[in-house]
Amino acid sequence: MNSFAMHGHARLPRVCIIGAGIVGTATAFFLARSGCDVTIVERGTVGGQASGVNFGGVRCHGRDPSELPLAMRSRTIWNRLAELIGHDCDFEAPGHLKIARSSAEMDTLTRWFDIGRAHDLDVELLDRTQLMRRFPWLASDIVGASLCKGDGFANPRLVAPTFARAARALGASVLEGSAVTAIDRLQGGGFRVSGANFNALEADVVVNAAGAWAASLGLPFGAAAPTVTRAPQMFVTEPTARFIGPVLGLVSGDIYLRQSVRGNVIFGGGQGHIDPGGIRSHPDETTFARTPALMRNLIPALTHTALLRSWTGLEANTPDGLPVIGTSAGHDGFIHAYGFSGHGFATGPGVGETLSELILRGQTRIDLTSFHPDRFNTIARPAAL
Amino acid sequence: MGNETETPRIAIVGGGPAGMRAAGLLAAAGLRPVLFNEAPEPGGQIYRRPPPPLRTVLSPARLYGPDAVRAMALHSDFEAVADRIDHRSGTLVWNIMKQEHGGFRLLHQDADGGQGAHNCDAVILATGAMDRILPMPGWTLPGVWSMGGAQVMLKGQASLVGRRPVFAGSGPLLYLVAWQYAKEGGRPAAVIDASTFAAKLRAAPMLAARPAVALRGLAMAAALRLRGIPVIEGAHADRIEATDTGMRVHWSSSTSSGQIDGDAVAIGHGLKSEQQLAELLGCRSRHNAESGQWLIETDPEGRTSVAGAYLAGDMAGIRGGHAAEFAGELAAWALLADLKHRDNASRRAVLRRKLSRQDRFRRGLEQAFPFPQHRIASLPDETIVCRCEGISASALRRAITDWQPADVNRLKAMSRCGMGRCQGRLCGQIAAGLLTAQLGRTPGDVGHLRAQAPIKPIPGSQLIVEKGAVE
Ligand SMILES: Cc1cc2nc3c(=O)[nH]c(=O)nc-3n(C[C@H](O)[C@H](O)[C@H](O)COP(=O)(O)OP(=O)(O)OC[C@H]3O[C@@H](n4cnc5c(N)ncnc54)[C@H](O)[C@@H]3O)c2cc1C
Repeated sequence: MNSFAMHGHARLPRVCIIGAGIVGTATAFFLARSGCDVTIVERGTVGGQASGVNFGGVRCHGRDPSELPLAMRSRTIWNRLAELIGHDCDFEAPGHLKIARSSAEMDTLTRWFDIGRAHDLDVELLDRTQLMRRFPWLASDIVGASLCKGDGFANPRLVAPTFARAARALGASVLEGSAVTAIDRLQGGGFRVSGANFNALEADVVVNAAGAWAASLGLPFGAAAPTVTRAPQMFVTEPTARFIGPVLGLVSGDIYLRQSVRGNVIFGGGQGHIDPGGIRSHPDETTFARTPALMRNLIPALTHTALLRSWTGLEANTPDGLPVIGTSAGHDGFIHAYGFSGHGFATGPGVGETLSELILRGQTRIDLTSFHPDRFNTIARPAAL
Repeated sequence: MGNETETPRIAIVGGGPAGMRAAGLLAAAGLRPVLFNEAPEPGGQIYRRPPPPLRTVLSPARLYGPDAVRAMALHSDFEAVADRIDHRSGTLVWNIMKQEHGGFRLLHQDADGGQGAHNCDAVILATGAMDRILPMPGWTLPGVWSMGGAQVMLKGQASLVGRRPVFAGSGPLLYLVAWQYAKEGGRPAAVIDASTFAAKLRAAPMLAARPAVALRGLAMAAALRLRGIPVIEGAHADRIEATDTGMRVHWSSSTSSGQIDGDAVAIGHGLKSEQQLAELLGCRSRHNAESGQWLIETDPEGRTSVAGAYLAGDMAGIRGGHAAEFAGELAAWALLADLKHRDNASRRAVLRRKLSRQDRFRRGLEQAFPFPQHRIASLPDETIVCRCEGISASALRRAITDWQPADVNRLKAMSRCGMGRCQGRLCGQIAAGLLTAQLGRTPGDVGHLRAQAPIKPIPGSQLIVEKGAVE
């Protein structure tokens, strides 16, 4: 495999991480904790992209069985954030309620129920009557739901900056405003990473955690997964009395919703637009009308609650909805970690811990086979972004 | 810009003197502009009219004093062309976007709560200004009003916020509102003016650009004193508290201190431009040291950095009602010239000259009533800075120490300051001031809070653009 240690090096590897989202900063933290020499190079600001603007949902509920072990491992880290990085990042675990609006959707929930139970998750199926008794504020046209205890949410604005701060305190360097434009393999092994606004640096291992930009950045280092970049759109309302316990989501994915500690209702659904240049995005007008209407349908009590803002973020999605984590054949030392397909906030801390194992020990507790970068090789490659 | 063979579609946002003059000229030029006005009546803040039943009580002469003639001319000129203007009153434009093939798209909420979208080839933004507040402990108590709010109560509702209000802050509005209250049956408990007599004296040469207006300001201060109303210059309101019988303002100056009791408090340090729509369009802005504000860049005729988007009135810097009329007309002339529809170069030159005189006067006012930027650094820890989210100065200072934010948007992300209903319109500048002071940065470095749509909160129930799109 691609472990630096396995190649017989006595010292710890120097690692360069590209991208200071949750994945890059969590990886840096776990590596720095083991004494690695780590540098993160970030084009903008720490957590300034998807990791800072996402919905904040932390869930195992409904996850693909091959991603569940990673999500569950990550979940144990969410519980320990205060102890590990000095701030709990407002993490709360009121559970996650997945809502079915048709019997076909209810069947989906029933099938996943067995998967959840097999993984020792605390899942419960609720029919309409049970649902109305427990959550009387929900719309009455719901067929049923599944409740997964232990899921919850955190404050995305705090997480990557807190991991970065903790990593820095352990000796990691975080270079902001520094875009990587070239990665060259050196003759004697290792890489030279260079770009705008920072001194080129050498590293034994490079981690490509560049989010929606990772596929094109990683092109020279193995098969780029055929990712599609989207701009999911989010909304926040003014604060109201807190009455929504669990995080909510429709099976269809059309809307997901939670109420913050302060009472603001945060919800997402639909897509915005990617700006020319591909680095920013902005809300879509139709989504602006449609998603709030869905929210009103789901929770009629919020009909007159005012909307304060809407925003979007950029996320790379893979064809199978599973992330790309690992090294492409023939490209030892270059590790990809992207394509989180809308789940990377929840799994980010677990990915960070797993990558640190991969780099330091060459093996991981979680089986990464399903995330292999080369798994799409039979599929036609996309043009670079 | 749009289809050249058709009549260009022009939208104006804001129905104050700037928007009214712009609409009037464009209507006269045969362009039938659409005028979006959030208020139910044209006139803006300065020439706000009470609802019809109160109009007999509050005559223009009582409402606008020496500006009554101007106000009546503005209203009557507007009414004369009103049938050639598509006037949408009570309509809030909450988003504006550039269209792919030129022109703009405005999203608005109508008086009846319905939603709409409007496309146009060019737009004149004239959304005015709002109160500029320097917070202090107690400023969020019930009974404390903004200076503009206290005036709106009077002009719009023929009511007083109190019989014996304390007026504290600075700027011409401070004396004007106190004087209006004194005239309309109130008895101001005191006027506490942060600016010193010396500062006003230094500004005198520039204020002389409009001698009549400058004299009027002096006359109001003198008249208040004559009525036995204490006018304390060079003094700051440090703290407001609620007592059993009303409100108490603690003040201090470099030489003395004291407290004043009243039944209400009105505070304000002049005005700040309402620029969200221009920002959403991506118009370039720059920090203006004289006013201590970020201002959208325009050329002398109101063109912004975005082709087809023009600014007029207080939105482009605080110059007041007279200047707003000139600027509205000038922006409309500039637009007509750019469209090659019609031009009047000599009128444009006249208006530019008038405006530059107003500009000199504005700079004089900014010298006479400087915003006490230095007080931000020493705000007591317990002062609420962001009232929507309940964020105190100490919470902000902690966030600055903890996160060393590169700019004020980052500080917002880490602290929630500016995330509430007002979108940081009140607190943004204060948060930026705390950041510059604590980290020794310049206002240019820390920037300003980015505007986001909707620029004002809108009920989710009303966002239905497509019927039947849902379900
Ligand atoms: C609106 C929205 C809602 C979401 N909701 C959820 C949710 O509820 N739960 C969940 O689990 N996930 C959610 N996600 C997904 C989640 O946010 C992402 O999967 C996760 O944040 C990805 O983290 P990252 O570190 O890989 O990417 P990012 O946070 O995007 O970080 C990548 C970083 O790389 C930097 N970079 C890129 N190119 C370069 C370069 N050349 N040089 C230097 N730096 C570079 C970028 O500037 C960026 O900061 C959501 C995503 C969005 C957009």
